[in-house]
Amino acid sequence: MTHQPTSSHFKENAHEALRDAPLQKALVHVRSNFIQKRAEAAQRLPEFEALRDSARDIKNHTLKHLDLYLEAYEAKVRELGGEVHYAATAKQGLDIILDICRKRGAKTVTKGKSMIAEEIGLNDALEAAGIEAVETDLGEYIIQLRGEAPSHIIAPAVHVNKDEVENEFRRAHLHLPKDRDLSEPAQLLGEARGVLRDKFLNADIGITGANFLIAETGTSIIVTNEGNGDLTQILPKVHIVIASLEKITPTLADAAQLLRVLARSATGQDMSVYTTLSTGPRRPGDPDGPEEYHVVLLDNGRSSMLGGEFEDMLRCIRCGACMNHCPVYHAVGGHAYGWVYPGPMGAVLTPTLIGVKEGGQLPNASTFCGRCEEVCPVRIPLPGMMRHWREREFERHLSPTTVRAGLAFWAFFAKRPTLYRLATSFGMRALHLIGRAKGRFSFLPLARGWTRYRDLPAPQGATFQSQWRAKSRPVA
Amino acid sequence: MSARDDILANIRASLGVTGAEAPRRFAAKERLAQSPEGVIPRRGQGDPAARVATFKAEAERAQASVAEVAGAADVPNEIARYLREANLPATFRMGEDARLAAMPWSETALEILRGPSDGHDLNGVSAAFAGVAESGTLALCSGPDNPTTINFLPDNHFVVVFERDIVADYESVWRKLRERYGKGAMPRTLNLITGPSRSADIEQTLLLGAHGPRRLHIVMVRDG
Ligand code: SF4
Repeated sequence: MTHQPTSSHFKENAHEALRDAPLQKALVHVRSNFIQKRAEAAQRLPEFEALRDSARDIKNHTLKHLDLYLEAYEAKVRELGGEVHYAATAKQGLDIILDICRKRGAKTVTKGKSMIAEEIGLNDALEAAGIEAVETDLGEYIIQLRGEAPSHIIAPAVHVNKDEVENEFRRAHLHLPKDRDLSEPAQLLGEARGVLRDKFLNADIGITGANFLIAETGTSIIVTNEGNGDLTQILPKVHIVIASLEKITPTLADAAQLLRVLARSATGQDMSVYTTLSTGPRRPGDPDGPEEYHVVLLDNGRSSMLGGEFEDMLRCIRCGACMNHCPVYHAVGGHAYGWVYPGPMGAVLTPTLIGVKEGGQLPNASTFCGRCEEVCPVRIPLPGMMRHWREREFERHLSPTTVRAGLAFWAFFAKRPTLYRLATSFGMRALHLIGRAKGRFSFLPLARGWTRYRDLPAPQGATFQSQWRAKSRPVA
Repeated sequence: MSARDDILANIRASLGVTGAEAPRRFAAKERLAQSPEGVIPRRGQGDPAARVATFKAEAERAQASVAEVAGAADVPNEIARYLREANLPATFRMGEDARLAAMPWSETALEILRGPSDGHDLNGVSAAFAGVAESGTLALCSGPDNPTTINFLPDNHFVVVFERDIVADYESVWRKLRERYGKGAMPRTLNLITGPSRSADIEQTLLLGAHGPRRLHIVMVRDG
């Protein structure tokens, strides 16, 4: 879905999200599920922290040599009969894909989950060209029916409740009996499986993203749990991979390091169910697989991030851990961020990709609790980068407004008890540390205009609210 | 300038390099040639018996079911037993894998369909290229022997893995691939499969059998 970005209205969006009762109900699942599962997976692997260092180093090395690995990757794909297309902009990416579709006379395209496809607005472009685009990841399928954008990078329909899925399916699947029972999640899944199976078998072209592109072998790797990405790429005659430049990874050995932190950080699995390595089109004698294999490499602003203060963001492997652990995301969900990428990674990436004017509000959507950086598998200093953005805003001579906006932001959180409690339960430790030395703050993130002349007493121990709750707990 | 040249030029400008610097070229070339291995978890290591035990435990953790048989000749019976007990039709599809072909299927009442799946099979049987102990993962290579469609379209997937092919870690799979296909070469598709298909997209409730198989039954063969 391409939607006009609404990131510049983050505050209004957040406001609305906080009052959205079904959304608030759905968001509980993020808090209760992802955090615990990641913690258990990390705990079970003694080498996990060392692997995070290794993953970070591999990404840094690759970014420093990106031009060379790109050339090596491209040569390898070509050697095996695949095609590599470069797209400097979203528009160029769309044109390349539409052109392939036109040449093959494609009427139906199945799609595996791809954030890059979201970034360039691929579905809308395909529909506009008269091509049916079918999302096949269950979550993506649900939000496609609802005409929405994903609200999470690995769980796109996390904001949707079961009843809402049932309503959508009843509206869309009119060929099925009206009185069927769809009260259980398993029944909903079964229905989607049946409907999508037909789509898979009849698609002309399959489009997937890639988690990694391997220079050593010219291989694209996708990671899924459902198997939809595989049916998308092995059944149609043409497989198109759309991926951004920074997905390039030197070797299979490097990919193994990254794979070991990816699923653990995302869902708490040791490995996702399907890790699929695809290399070129089908070979002579192969009974299945695509006849044509295309890779579209999208830049869309990334090459300009290299060597600058936001280069670290290009290490991101899209695991979603930062949003899963973010108190702001927990409170407002993904749509409030107003564009494709939500949560802390979105707050940093969005302004770099769509500009400060549209996305510049997002770096304020932080309590600076630091949880995102603590869990990021490639150790991206997300809070520091959000701070960078705010400093840039100062440089743009927006100071008076920024000061006001900063204070307004604290006020915004403080006035909303649920959000404030969440934010402070994480933030308290950090605030305590900053203020510990003197017992008061001379600096408070985002409220510099205020703390420059006044000190704020440092919180001692817990928040008032949590102390109150603890004290009023009945003694057994 | 083409988009390609634009992008490469912009990357180089941002990095402050020309692309011709010898030390950079050497570093990239060396990495591609040497494929240095990073941190390898201890979990999958150990002697063959330990690897087999870890593989089994990890595969079960990922919700696969696992059976161990003494020899290749016992595989047909094990699959027949599973189908019978699960009340499934005694029909399955498989490719041309010589190891599978050599098994005594005629001793069972199983009906065999050959070749790739068209999406209408309930049961499929494949032979694995390798098993990975550290995460209970199966590695399957595409081709006429084990068509990739069999890994995804049938409801129930049976994978035969010989215990001598159970390796410690992914890096060992890459080495095994290099031995079979040559350095830098790969099968068209390599599937690493860890448990049966699943989705948690509806209210984060974990459900098996999203688009791929609902059940994954692994048959480990002791001697080869
Ligand atoms: S920024 Fe880090 S934690 Fe967030 S999605 Fe990217 S890799 Fe995962």
